[in-house]
Amino acid sequence: MSLGTFLQHLANGISLGSLYALVAIGYTMVYGILRLINFAHGDIFMMGTYFAFYGIAVFTLPWYLSFLLAIVLTGILGMMLEAGAYRPLRDAPKISILISAIGASFLLENLAVVIFGGRPKAFPTPRVLTDVVHIGSISIQNLTFVIPVVTIGLLIALLYLVHNTKAGMAMRAVAKDYETAAIMGVNVNKVISLTFCIGSMLAAVGGIMWGLKFPQIIPLLGVMPGLKAFIAAVIGGIGDIKGAVIGGFVLGIGEIMLVAFLPELTGYRDAFAFVLLILILLFRPTGILGEKIAEKV
Amino acid sequence: MKKRDLILTLVSLILLFVFVYFADAYLDSYKVRILNLCAIYVILALSMNLVNGFTGLFSLGHAGFMAVGAYTTALLTMPPLVKAQNFFMAPLIKPLDSITLPFLPALLIAGVLSALVGFLIGAPALRLKGDYLAIATLGFAEIIRVIFTNTQSLTNGALGLKGIPVTTNLWWSFGIAVITVILIGSLINSSFGRALKAIREDEIAAESMGINIFRHKVLSFTIGAFFAGIGGGLLGNLLGTVDPLMFRFFLTFNILLIIILGGMGSITGSIISAFIITIAGEALRFLDESITIGSLYVPGIPGLRMVVFSALLMVVVLFFRQGIMGTNEFTWDKLFDRLQKKPAAGGGSN
Amino acid sequence: MKKKLATVLSLILLVSFVFTGCSGNKASSGNGSNDSSVIKIGVLEPMTGANAAGGALEVEGIKLANKLYPTVLGKKVELVIVDNKSDKVESASAASRLVENEKVSAIIGSWGSSLSMAAGDVVKNAQVPAVAATATNPLVTQGNDYYFRVCFIDPFQGKVMANYAYNKLKAKKVAIIQEVSNDYSVGLAKFFTDAFKELTGDENAIVAVSNYNTGDQDFTAQLTNIKAKNPDVIFAPGNFTESALIIKQARQLGIKAPFIGGDTWETPEFIDIGKEAVEGATFSTFFTSEKPITKESEKFLAEYKKEYGDKEPSAAAALGYDAYILILDAIKKAGSPDPVKIRDELAKTKDFPGAAGVITLDENRNAIKDAVIKEVKGGKFTYLNVVGAN
Repeated sequence: MSLGTFLQHLANGISLGSLYALVAIGYTMVYGILRLINFAHGDIFMMGTYFAFYGIAVFTLPWYLSFLLAIVLTGILGMMLEAGAYRPLRDAPKISILISAIGASFLLENLAVVIFGGRPKAFPTPRVLTDVVHIGSISIQNLTFVIPVVTIGLLIALLYLVHNTKAGMAMRAVAKDYETAAIMGVNVNKVISLTFCIGSMLAAVGGIMWGLKFPQIIPLLGVMPGLKAFIAAVIGGIGDIKGAVIGGFVLGIGEIMLVAFLPELTGYRDAFAFVLLILILLFRPTGILGEKIAEKV
Repeated sequence: MKKRDLILTLVSLILLFVFVYFADAYLDSYKVRILNLCAIYVILALSMNLVNGFTGLFSLGHAGFMAVGAYTTALLTMPPLVKAQNFFMAPLIKPLDSITLPFLPALLIAGVLSALVGFLIGAPALRLKGDYLAIATLGFAEIIRVIFTNTQSLTNGALGLKGIPVTTNLWWSFGIAVITVILIGSLINSSFGRALKAIREDEIAAESMGINIFRHKVLSFTIGAFFAGIGGGLLGNLLGTVDPLMFRFFLTFNILLIIILGGMGSITGSIISAFIITIAGEALRFLDESITIGSLYVPGIPGLRMVVFSALLMVVVLFFRQGIMGTNEFTWDKLFDRLQKKPAAGGGSN
Repeated sequence: MKKKLATVLSLILLVSFVFTGCSGNKASSGNGSNDSSVIKIGVLEPMTGANAAGGALEVEGIKLANKLYPTVLGKKVELVIVDNKSDKVESASAASRLVENEKVSAIIGSWGSSLSMAAGDVVKNAQVPAVAATATNPLVTQGNDYYFRVCFIDPFQGKVMANYAYNKLKAKKVAIIQEVSNDYSVGLAKFFTDAFKELTGDENAIVAVSNYNTGDQDFTAQLTNIKAKNPDVIFAPGNFTESALIIKQARQLGIKAPFIGGDTWETPEFIDIGKEAVEGATFSTFFTSEKPITKESEKFLAEYKKEYGDKEPSAAAALGYDAYILILDAIKKAGSPDPVKIRDELAKTKDFPGAAGVITLDENRNAIKDAVIKEVKGGKFTYLNVVGAN
């Protein structure tokens, strides 16, 4: 493999990885607080993309306004999802919550089929973002520079929120032990609702970036990115925001390099992520950054 | 078992036998197909309930085991000539290309192979718990599907298999469903089954009672995979064609819906619910299609049916967490008690 | 709690049975295979799921044909459209419902070869003829006397594109990127490979074969590998959704080689999604509105415009139209809505003028037809060439 080709692969990997990282942050946030795999996260992501699409293509809003609106709407949708599907089950066995999550995921997908239609739609892309820069023999889309900046920016904002604000402190308290937090006067429902809101807004940002990079949207759009982002979050250490970013890059670059170095295995690309997930779960279940948590009796 | 119960059970079996006889002879092929699907879903639901309901392991890998079963049965029962026609891209590996077995041995081999795959997956994966196990088994099922898509000379890849002998009929599907009910039923009521339930209720307590948790989990998982493989085999030989796309997560979702509606941990519930979901799935077709009632034309909304089904799952989980049966089973005693308008003896319903 | 659930469930079931009862009643009072004032034709298409776009195009054409030719043998023709959800199990059940509950005389469909194959055994056992409009995989009709199609098959299509790449584009080296989980794509890639190797006489004429899965969105790794091989032409048989993204990403990576593909590209979404990136993309298809082949083609084009406005009629719509009028013709010749008699008439089809060309069925019930080559130009599918069937 020539150096140019390798660098191109690397650029592709970073570009894909930053997208995974972006979606994984939202995933990991919800998990960190609730210890719940939010199966519907991928579908929230999909809804965010559709909201942005309708803003631009149907209501002809300027793209920045439409993006902003989509992010807010998706945040509200996330809070509704939490209130409807998860809050009633807060004291139920974990399995029930997980089933509810799967149900919510299918419900959102099927609603999207009915409301938006099953046929793919073309996501409108502002030219500024899709133009290509050539560096030597490497071609890189402008968007590829934007996504990591957005990801890192959101990461810093989120870290600040969690570690330096009152709401963040409440979140950490709920994550540690929500019963004690409740006794100490933290409004647990409000904190969890806020977490879902932020997580869903992050999903919407991810969805919009995804739509810009892969401008073809369908109701099942969120399934694979959702799973991949979850895997990224596990790789990095689920519940850890920085870990999610690292996991996203590891997964994205790993996927691309698999195809680059073992082209005959391209058909197995989707399996690669799952193999990685299973290996991590078996040998280092807490991921790269996670700490070992003793199981509660 | 009391003598009365034994006689009643035998009478019901004979009634079922008579029903199948008449259904086979007089119902049209559409209704027969739906009944076949009902019986196959009973088998699949029971196999999943054993793992998820009775042992309390949340496994989402069912579609993978079904794929193994369906492909094995198909490859073992297809005549060599049909195989040669199917595998026009790359020839089928030897000696599979010339083997043809009768249905029953093929089905049993399919079950055993699925069980083997279940064991190989379960042995490492069952060290995980709760939602991690769920996502790992989901991952394994996807890996199986991706492998089947890519092994051209074994599974014919994306082209799938066509011209599988359509052997599955009501005798096969209901016969095997009855056997499955009996086998899993007696398994649950054995000391092994009680150990599984103990694990479900409280792992740490079960362990301190001297139950080898890991061994029991793996065994339960393997037996579940065995029946899933059989169910997959029946399904493949009912449709006459299989391909990897059939075995997506959606299939697992269907079975999950059945056991949750029926009640996690109830054999009776799974049976009832398998029939309800399968028949309702067909009956609700009108939601997707336009209908004319008198002069009123109602345009159909494709996809509405699936909305109803996913909403149903949510409603059951949120408001009726026990499903139809909870962890209760049908017994003749309860039936008679009910008939005499007495509260069910020991029926711990809420 | 449990009782409430039981009540809710029985209500749901009751309501659904009442409803099916209604539609059932409508069926028996309206049609009645007994009083037979109506002849029913089943339409088995994906209306939801991955293949929904294709299914919608076929239904467009079928509905138009039904509007233009609403009667046969003095009876009204009723279309019974069922959704197979792009799913095999559903497809078999839906087909079974058409033949048993609706008692249709014939079936049209389905888009997607594997969905048609799933219905294959059902129609064979029920002895009801089915006519596929666009299913091109050879296995659909193979060994099934009751399955017909009004389009050509993939071995021919593969050959056409190989010829085009070799003769017109002067390609010596071709890279293939195929949808490994799609039977259509894998089959077409194989037939293309065989034909192209034979043309060049070079065993290594295919310099790269890359795979992707249905629903994938990132193809940069595969394309970077292909770019390193520097092919003259890239053959990308697959669904229009992924194909449009592939071409887009290829152009962004600076790949200049022309892309060629198969009939599935011809959907409006292909251009919507691909935009300027798919300019120059070339593919084989069944029909062009620019060169009406028969009188029926002209009629179809005129009526299509009336019905659907300025939208460009697709090949799938034209073939759906053809499947309908071919069945109607067979019913007329058979003089009865009896499925077996219709089958026998269908099997005799020769030189039948359809909208998408003249249809002659060979002994395997496949249409022998010319292929049309189209190119994306100025945001439109434009006619380039016709390739004869022989």
